[in-house]
Amino acid sequence: MIGLEHYLIVSAILFSIGLVGVLRRRNLLMLFFATEVMLNAVNIAFAAISHYYNDLTGQMFAFFIIAIAASEVAVGLGILIVLYKKYGSLDLDDLASMKG
Amino acid sequence: MMETLVYIALFAPFAGSLFAALFGMSKRQVFVGIVASALLFISFVASVMLAIYVVKTGTPIHVTMMEWINAGDIRIPFGFVVDQVSVTMMVVVTLVSTVVHIYSIGYMDHDKSFNRFFSYLSAFVFSMLVLVMSDNFLGLFIGWEGVGVCSWLLVGFWYHKPDQPREVNPSISPSWAANEAFIMNRIADLGMLIGIFIIYWNTGTLQYDEVFAQLPYLPQWILDAAAIALFIGAMGKSAQFPLHTWLTDAMEGPTPVSALIHAATMVTAGVFLVIRANPLFAMTPEVSFFIAALGTFVAFFAASMALVNRDLKRIIAFSTLSQLGYMFAAAGLGAYWIALFHLAAHAFFKALLFLGAGNVMHAMHDELDIFKMGGLKKVMKWTYLYMGIASLALAGIPPFAGFFSKDAIIETAFNEGTYVLWIILVVTAGMTAFYSFRQVFLTFLGDERYKALGIHPHEMYKFVLVAMSPLAVLAIIAGFFQPWFHEFITTLLPDYEMSHHTHELILVLTAIVLAFAVGGIVLAYKMYAKGLKRDPKVENSFIYRLLANQYYIPQLYEEMISKPYAMISEALWQKVDLKIVDATVDTIAKFFYHTGDGVRKMQTGNLSNYLNWMAVGGVALLVVAALSAVIG
Repeated sequence: MIGLEHYLIVSAILFSIGLVGVLRRRNLLMLFFATEVMLNAVNIAFAAISHYYNDLTGQMFAFFIIAIAASEVAVGLGILIVLYKKYGSLDLDDLASMKG
Repeated sequence: MMETLVYIALFAPFAGSLFAALFGMSKRQVFVGIVASALLFISFVASVMLAIYVVKTGTPIHVTMMEWINAGDIRIPFGFVVDQVSVTMMVVVTLVSTVVHIYSIGYMDHDKSFNRFFSYLSAFVFSMLVLVMSDNFLGLFIGWEGVGVCSWLLVGFWYHKPDQPREVNPSISPSWAANEAFIMNRIADLGMLIGIFIIYWNTGTLQYDEVFAQLPYLPQWILDAAAIALFIGAMGKSAQFPLHTWLTDAMEGPTPVSALIHAATMVTAGVFLVIRANPLFAMTPEVSFFIAALGTFVAFFAASMALVNRDLKRIIAFSTLSQLGYMFAAAGLGAYWIALFHLAAHAFFKALLFLGAGNVMHAMHDELDIFKMGGLKKVMKWTYLYMGIASLALAGIPPFAGFFSKDAIIETAFNEGTYVLWIILVVTAGMTAFYSFRQVFLTFLGDERYKALGIHPHEMYKFVLVAMSPLAVLAIIAGFFQPWFHEFITTLLPDYEMSHHTHELILVLTAIVLAFAVGGIVLAYKMYAKGLKRDPKVENSFIYRLLANQYYIPQLYEEMISKPYAMISEALWQKVDLKIVDATVDTIAKFFYHTGDGVRKMQTGNLSNYLNWMAVGGVALLVVAALSAVIG
């Protein structure tokens, strides 16, 4: 029987994968993917806990996150395209211009 | 109506000062001087009208302009009182000031800071009027400080002159002299402030009439302390020993300033304070006797230094010191009205003397050494006349003003039975006559030593000579007002009458004083009228050099006070300020600077690094949350 803890473990593993991606990746597009993975890891946790408590609030919240992630991707990708057109690269090491 | 007059008398000089200040930076404009003088004259007229009113009605005018300090129990208004004492001072101050203002139009003729000069001069008169008219100690103190500031500005008027060694110029430089005057006065003002505090703590008010009404209920030691502290203030302003050195050095200022501030008005503020606070000083006989003794000592001490001095203005400055000593002697012996009378008479003839000296300076191209003058009578007969009159008055020859006022002081000393003081004052009267006429004869009679210097002296402008005439007239006739003044002023001040015994001896006493005075003049005539004969043996004698160097007191002060003080300051600066205070502050600043400098490296511009740091922060927060969950 697959219980709540299994979902949470999957969620945690996914979140960690996303986090490592955010920390280690140098390509902005990959960073985006990693963020999406993290967001969806959270969605899994929400959905599972919502089901466990029989409370729809969590699932509703997951929908919100999906909507916001979608809009975020829309805006973010737009920025990425502009960045790429301007610098010809999406590598973070190349984009480091605001040094202290 | 009378209230308006009070305000006109007080604020006309202030308006003049502000007006002149508008043109302070621009080049010389004669109308600035004329407007300032005219406003002063208005103030003088208002003062005279107030005086007539006070004489006629005998009631003081008391106005309160506005509330000033109202905090808790302290209630100090900006109030002014025009009574017998203050109206006398007002008339004297505004009269001398008017003459000096008009005189300055001629004297400062070639000075490029002409307008600035009038601004300062009128501001001084305003401060002086605040000082004499205030109805409380704090207002007096404001005026007291105001005249101090104006004195500083005016003594240092030619601030651009460089410092010189003491052997070349005993005053070193105008700015040095100005600072000396200011700092010495600051020392004394501390005493004054303490006196005011003592009065306030013990009476809860600073209004003269309220304070004096409470005096009988205070313990004697508090009265003594207040009187001593106030007198220390008076000693500074009136340049009494040991705070006297600034007055002669203040002669670095323009001569009209010396005439107005350092002879006729400001330096008499100390005497005025003692007269004003006479109920207090009357209840402290020991302090009063000390004042009389100190005054007598200063009279003699200053006169002795004047005997050998060669500097025209310094001789007059010493004589001012000496006469202030006389005034304190009278005030200390309880003859307040006589002190005030001598104050007024002295203001007239001493201002005249100074202005005459200014004429001589003007003619001699700022040469002040009387050994280099002589025979100026031919070219400057009016100035000779004026200075002659003033010196006769100073020497106390009847019927000139000084005879009546100074003689009264000497009689007072006799009447009080303080024969030592009396003898010193009589001898000093002889010395006064000698040095005044030594100066007059060396300047105006004898061989024309200035010719060797290639100077072509000329008489002062006509309008200046005319402007000086009121002072000359007053120097002659002021003495005749003595009985009338006595009657007028003793409605406010305590009366002082000579005893029966003194009355019988009065002719003898007068004759003795006169003999000394005439003797002094005759001696001066014998020694100097024919020309200057210098005797190196006398000039190299110990006493001569002691006197010529002012008893070495300026040097002593420099060695004993100024230099150790500078050394202590230097040490404190190097050891305490730099090593402790600055070091602490610098360390704190450096800590933040270095922290910032180190942390700055975090900002690489690389988003990836930031995200790593963000993750570290998030983990740290998680750890904190987990820990607090476990502990909590």
